Amino acid sequence: MLLQLLINLIAALVWMLLHDTWDGLNFLIGYMIGFGIIFMMRRFFPQPFYGRKAWKIIKLVIVFIIELYKSGIFVLRETLQPKLRIQPGIMKVKTQLIGDWELTTISCLLTLTPGSVVLEIDREEGILYFHALDVGEQKEYVLSTLSALEKAIMEVR
Amino acid sequence: MNMNVITEWIVLLFILSGTALSLFSSIGLLRLPDVYTRSHASTKTTTIGLISILAGGFAFFLFEDGVISVRLILAIIFVFLTAPVAGHLTARSAHRAGVQLADISVKDELREDLEKHRKEMGGKEAAESKETQS
Repeated sequence: MLLQLLINLIAALVWMLLHDTWDGLNFLIGYMIGFGIIFMMRRFFPQPFYGRKAWKIIKLVIVFIIELYKSGIFVLRETLQPKLRIQPGIMKVKTQLIGDWELTTISCLLTLTPGSVVLEIDREEGILYFHALDVGEQKEYVLSTLSALEKAIMEVR
Repeated sequence: MNMNVITEWIVLLFILSGTALSLFSSIGLLRLPDVYTRSHASTKTTTIGLISILAGGFAFFLFEDGVISVRLILAIIFVFLTAPVAGHLTARSAHRAGVQLADISVKDELREDLEKHRKEMGGKEAAESKETQS
């Protein structure tokens, strides 16, 4: 995966140097050409082709941006009420994600979405303790965000 | 509608939404009751507003001058990486220092679990010390 990415970057750089320019467009064209070459030679790499994984990562980013906007609007609506009716609290949720990378990713993304801050992580059990802006009636909202992100991260694995 | 007007509108949309988000998060910071809820307003909505403004600047330089500003992309990436860590650490250290949740809060499962854990550990330690004594 990393090796293929590195080869692709070097191919883009070489393409840019061959044109004797330092602009982004030539770099992009070189990157595309390198991507095509690596796709054609994917049988000779020990690891599977990295384009598939890159696509999954892009999908994760898209899911994250959608969740960001959804929960952002929710939090704005709740904080701009004339009378605050939120019921904040600390919840615990067990995730199916394992390993340092996945736990770091989920807690980073969950902390970035409005309405939830990860407080503590139990690394062995995979339990997240997070503070949510509303754990009363609208607690499904946070949980749906969590499960959507979780599913997207599990696909990248 | 020519091309210039469209690009102007895109840039305008990004920057205006960014400033609006920053304004709303300031209002939230003033209105919410305790550290934990305020960290929601201060760390996240501000971050997204900042990222939105930076994206607007990136779009402006891309359309107006035809320059891909790598510095702005790097700024967006680093804000993305550092902001959640800061928010997480603020809230966690507040909880570890024993800051109480606001009165409107409904539950605190972390404190319950910590107390349970402490009781188990305390029980074990007491039993061990008894064993060593006997």
